[in-house]
Amino acid sequence: MTVASPNDFQDSLQPQGWLRYFSFSLDHKVIGLQYLVTGFLFYFIGGAMAGVIRAELASPISDFVSRETYNEVLTLHGTVMIFLWIVPVVNGGFGNYLIPFYVGARDMAFPRLNAVAFWMIPPAGILLIGSYFITGSAQSGWTAYPPLSLTTPALGQVVWIVSVLLLGGSSIFGGINFIATVLKLRRPGLRLMQLPMYCWAMLGTSILVVLSTPVLAGTLLLLSFDIVAHTGFFNPALGGNVVVYQHLFWFYSHPAVYIMVLPAFGLVSEILPIHARKPLFGYTTMVYSIMAIVVLGLVVWAHHMFTSGTPPWMRLFFTIATSFIAVPTGIKFFNWLATLWGGKLALNSAMLFSCAFIVNFVFGGITGVALAQVPFDIHVHDTYFVVGHFHYIVYGGTVFVIFASIYHWYPKFTGRLLNEDLGRLHFLLTFVGFNLCFAPQHWLGLNGMPRRVAEYDPSFTTLNQISSVGALLMAISSLPFLYNVLVSAFRGQVAGDNPWNALTPEWLTSSPPPVENWIGEAPLVKHPYGYGVEEDTLSVEAATGRDLWSGAGRR
Amino acid sequence: MTSLATSTSTAEVATAEAHGGHADLRLFGLATFLVADGMTFAGFFAAYLTFRAVNPLPAGSTYELELLLPSINTMLLLVSSYTFHRSGRNLLLGQMGPCRGWLLLTAALGAAFLGGQMVEYFSLPFGLTDNLFASTFYALTGFHGLHVTLGVICILLVWFQTRSGGRVTSAAPFGLEAAELYWHFVDGIWVVLYGILYLL
Repeated sequence: MTVASPNDFQDSLQPQGWLRYFSFSLDHKVIGLQYLVTGFLFYFIGGAMAGVIRAELASPISDFVSRETYNEVLTLHGTVMIFLWIVPVVNGGFGNYLIPFYVGARDMAFPRLNAVAFWMIPPAGILLIGSYFITGSAQSGWTAYPPLSLTTPALGQVVWIVSVLLLGGSSIFGGINFIATVLKLRRPGLRLMQLPMYCWAMLGTSILVVLSTPVLAGTLLLLSFDIVAHTGFFNPALGGNVVVYQHLFWFYSHPAVYIMVLPAFGLVSEILPIHARKPLFGYTTMVYSIMAIVVLGLVVWAHHMFTSGTPPWMRLFFTIATSFIAVPTGIKFFNWLATLWGGKLALNSAMLFSCAFIVNFVFGGITGVALAQVPFDIHVHDTYFVVGHFHYIVYGGTVFVIFASIYHWYPKFTGRLLNEDLGRLHFLLTFVGFNLCFAPQHWLGLNGMPRRVAEYDPSFTTLNQISSVGALLMAISSLPFLYNVLVSAFRGQVAGDNPWNALTPEWLTSSPPPVENWIGEAPLVKHPYGYGVEEDTLSVEAATGRDLWSGAGRR
Repeated sequence: MTSLATSTSTAEVATAEAHGGHADLRLFGLATFLVADGMTFAGFFAAYLTFRAVNPLPAGSTYELELLLPSINTMLLLVSSYTFHRSGRNLLLGQMGPCRGWLLLTAALGAAFLGGQMVEYFSLPFGLTDNLFASTFYALTGFHGLHVTLGVICILLVWFQTRSGGRVTSAAPFGLEAAELYWHFVDGIWVVLYGILYLL
């Protein structure tokens, strides 16, 4: 009997070593990292665009770029950050890397579909960003509301639609894969209610993806007919109805907020127990609140449209439904706080980012509930208040969790730890910069500064400049981060297989893991959060299991 | 509690597991995809119904459509669902001759549907951009027709694969089952579409 080396598993035609990351690899870990790195490239591109926006808004007149360019940049910033950075990274990136480990599988359910889904992203991104340099990109914002999207230059808008359709397709393929993997590919003996929370988050997210993304795809098809074939679906001049576009668009794009934030909820639920050395508080309520958010998330879309002539019954229904979402979300917050309460906290970078996530997201959540109230919403609709609220959710929420996750799982990806001092510096700059950038925008919005306009009333100058300084700090904060991830890959402290003494299955193999995840059978982890509980102290030691695989599994 | 397998013999298990693979999830995956596809149609239907409820048509236009041809088309599709079902039954029983015959008949019914659709398109008094209803009509039936076309191509492909020595056999029926599931889905969508577009 011989132990098979990991390479025996691999198709001999597949490239080996670093070349794998540029190939049509079917390995879920390679695909996960492909998503992650691609996503970060787009993050920096989208960040540069945010830089242009904040530079323009540092003065009340339009002086940094032309007005058309400003429109293009804000459209691309929104589209890139949502469709090419956050959605692919929290779903495709971490999902592909972690879900097969969590369910005890060797790969995703449909590895080839998985690779196809990833490889739809680079062409879409290149199309989208290339359009800026070649034909001029779309100018109608990431929402592409008609009639604005029908009157701005058509070519850029069509390229934008094609690009978003590609990304939507990629997202749907990914969603199908996650649903099949979580529901059908679990290791024998592993029950649904024993899965790590991220699996539940991804299951819920994928249900939303599968149910809502196709509606956006269909809507954008109709919009493209309006632009190319001069039909009048959404063109009032031809008897069409713009509000129908808004309904269909938000039927996807409100769930899209949960598609961006539910995976982050899952990731933070993995990180907190490990660094607090306590079981995740309220596992069952956590699962039910995720599913409640999925259901409610599908029936709240019109709260984006209170100023679109929505009838009173609709306002009433969507206000109440939206307010209800605060309940499951609140449950999750108290669960996280209870997880931290009395824990043995290790305040490392992963934990700092996770805790900051809780703070930021509570703030973003409260302004969200405020925005759900019709009288208030009508007052601040399309102002910087909405911009501030949204960025507290997706940046203060999801992006903070992405950074926490990078610090947490980097040793798994590379076998080396990130530098903690640089990590804390990164955290400090990001946290201060983020709040400096987006907190003043709430005040600006309340006082009537509209979004998406390059010029503003001079009385708003000081706060806009504070906001721009915050953006500059955020840009600077990415320098220690970049240096850290690039240099630590080669010079970082060797992590060992399980540097955090974690119990979740991805740590119960070597770092980085072998091609098919485990040499030998996948471990059966029935209590992924059994920290600090008396009877589980033993299993912590058993679970560290480094000696079992660390030698054989390393490539 | 974590139980860990330690013996070296499990490596063989792992190899077998890895290459033997897991249960075949392709139909499950396809079904999930069809849910997504169905949501695209649902979006279109919702748009159409809203347009119809809210947006008045210009004078002289009407929502009334000729019923005879689409009704025949509906029957064709419903019958084709049955013939496909028969084909699938025959495949599982290993009767390849009837299986292939029913397949061809299904493809022919699908093609006849598309032909009927074409005849209808050419006989309609309105074009794509005439009014909101016309645009929606062509978008809905066109998107569905695209699905039917794809379905007919799939059926012919499966027909080719059921030849002796082909990859679809009674022991490996996935290709046919997938095409059948898809075909039933497309038929089901048509029934809804027929209901709200022609009858309503």
